[in-house]
Amino acid sequence: MTVLAERPSGLAHPEAEHGPTGLLKWLTSTDHKVIGKSYTITAIAFFLAAGIMAMLIRVQLAGPDSTIVSQHTYNELFTMHGSLMLYLFAGPFAFGGIANYIIPLQVGAPDMAFPRLNALSYWLYLTGGLTMIGGFLTVGGAADFGWVAYAPLSDAVNSPGAGPDMWIVALVLTGFSAIFTGVNLVATIFYLRAPGLTMFRLPIFTWNMLVTAILILVAFPVLTAALVMLWCDRHLGAHIYTVSGGGVPVLWQNLFWFFGHPEVYILALPYFGMVTEVFAVFSRKPVFGYRGMIFATITIGALSTAVWAHHMFTTGTVLLPFFSLMSYLIAVPTGIKFFNWIGTMWRGSLQFTSAMLFAVGFLIVFLFGGVTGVLLASPPVDFYVHDTYFVIAHFHEVLFGSAVFGGFSGLYYWYPKMTGRMLREGLGKASFWFMFVGFWVTYLPQYLLGLRGMPRRIAEYSASTGWAGLNLISTVGAFILFVAAAFTVLNLWVSWRSPEVAPANPWDGHTLEWAAASPPVHHNFTWLPPVRSERPVWDFNHPEHTTQVHRRSEGAATGVERVLATGHPDTGEETER
Amino acid sequence: MKIEARILFVMFVFGAIISTIYWFTSYEDGGTVMLAAVSLLGLLPGSYYFWWSRRMQPRPEDLPDANPQDSAAIIGAFPSSSIWPFVLGLGAAFVAIALVFGVWTAVFGGTLIVSAVIGVIMESRRGGAY
Repeated sequence: MTVLAERPSGLAHPEAEHGPTGLLKWLTSTDHKVIGKSYTITAIAFFLAAGIMAMLIRVQLAGPDSTIVSQHTYNELFTMHGSLMLYLFAGPFAFGGIANYIIPLQVGAPDMAFPRLNALSYWLYLTGGLTMIGGFLTVGGAADFGWVAYAPLSDAVNSPGAGPDMWIVALVLTGFSAIFTGVNLVATIFYLRAPGLTMFRLPIFTWNMLVTAILILVAFPVLTAALVMLWCDRHLGAHIYTVSGGGVPVLWQNLFWFFGHPEVYILALPYFGMVTEVFAVFSRKPVFGYRGMIFATITIGALSTAVWAHHMFTTGTVLLPFFSLMSYLIAVPTGIKFFNWIGTMWRGSLQFTSAMLFAVGFLIVFLFGGVTGVLLASPPVDFYVHDTYFVIAHFHEVLFGSAVFGGFSGLYYWYPKMTGRMLREGLGKASFWFMFVGFWVTYLPQYLLGLRGMPRRIAEYSASTGWAGLNLISTVGAFILFVAAAFTVLNLWVSWRSPEVAPANPWDGHTLEWAAASPPVHHNFTWLPPVRSERPVWDFNHPEHTTQVHRRSEGAATGVERVLATGHPDTGEETER
Repeated sequence: MKIEARILFVMFVFGAIISTIYWFTSYEDGGTVMLAAVSLLGLLPGSYYFWWSRRMQPRPEDLPDANPQDSAAIIGAFPSSSIWPFVLGLGAAFVAIALVFGVWTAVFGGTLIVSAVIGVIMESRRGGAY
């Protein structure tokens, strides 16, 4: 049923949710909270499936001349591992899961701007994901041309069968899903903000999601168009990417990476936003250099559209100085972000919760990934290590660093808000330490393997190459990472089986989502504090710290809890200082 | 509204400058067209926001000293549940799979899409019921 939503002026009674329950609720809900949770759970399921594929890959590579899986199966495994992680986990977890749930709350809105479109996004994502993974059930197996599907390897002659076609149509479906979510996020942030929540008071996570959503609108249509042309090549003899018919194979790389490099930032910027929130809250300080962070986000987003061909240096068909310079430039706004993250923590009252540990882990891991990225932006270095394990190590540091360290940080931070339950800190910290150690054990050897010439995407190698020792260490590291992920899954299970009730504002948070109950009621808010800075809930709870609004306080850090418990905003006298 | 317009104009200006530089340094048409399209993606909605920002009063969310009660009115119609997005998504998936397995799934998928479109229109006319 359609409900006319009103924004609460003072304290309103929680709006009862009418409608179906159980499975029918899941199928029919257009509530951003239900859809956000569905996205989150589905994305984590794909993450675990892709993780198991990664374990199989590492087991295969643990020793020389390995035959645990066939070469064909190995090709399917690395293709689907990459595809699931990038298309079905890292992006949708951020913009479909966490952002879908959190952005309307952070802007003080009752829902996303287009709830039915939001639901459609989820169903396209789920059906697209199942279509992609369904390729394993076809006679020829799943797609096996790598997650980048380079032409002419991806044509009908080199990659025949239904599996590759299912991969193509799956990406079209998930691409539309992402585009719809992008439109929804932009409209929600532009049109549904709470009074007083000007653009330059938005939380950094919301800003990052705005830039991410715009990047989605830039990048995904190009991928969809490229995929349609690939399908036409495969089935209609279009010869767009084949030399024999007058086509240009490298055109695929141009189109794919025009999507692919903004995609890297579509996967990174949301997690930058998550850790920014976490650093500020657990340092008990405002974000250092708030406007500088926004400037850096916009600059990263803009530059990311003009660096695509640094993935193509070795093709000999691209303008090296242009793409090298633009790639170097991205290090500047990223450096600003690092400076501001450190500045946020500097002399703060640090609380090393699980969320904070994962955020600090992200900082270290992403720094290494970023620095090796600067190396790869140099064409002479890139010529030397292109398509080796050096590149594998680099992008896993960047993407694992952001999507997993940053993503787990966001999950531990917002889980109480999303479920009304706390996660166990002990299990969270165990998960972090195993992940942090496992990460280095897995990926540092891969840098060395790359420098020693081990190419990516090989299913086996001979003992004479001398790569066996480092590969074994990397595989041991992968098992440590597996244990780390298992601790978090166990944490989720424990929280589900024996819940520990979460208060509305367990972390003494800054932004509007912490003014809602945990989990929020239907249409989110029963009251809203006045917004006078980029951290309105902190201002409300800590009138002694705010510079613009002075409020009578009855005890810090319990303001929101008191309002929700007593039903009285009790804001006291408002006087300008 | 002004800030929203400016954000999109930043995209327009960046795309215009970078596509020009790229064209005159590379003479590569594919990349230039895509960068020019980035510029247009900023220009078109940016102009819309700019047009409106000059013709309407600042909204409560644009005012730094606005209070929650300043916009305490109905802010929109939000469907709380609807089966039709699910039907539409399922239909789209069956139509897409027809590109792999043949036209028969498209017939089923197309039927679902048509019924979803009719359903969602009727739902909106009725004021909403799943």
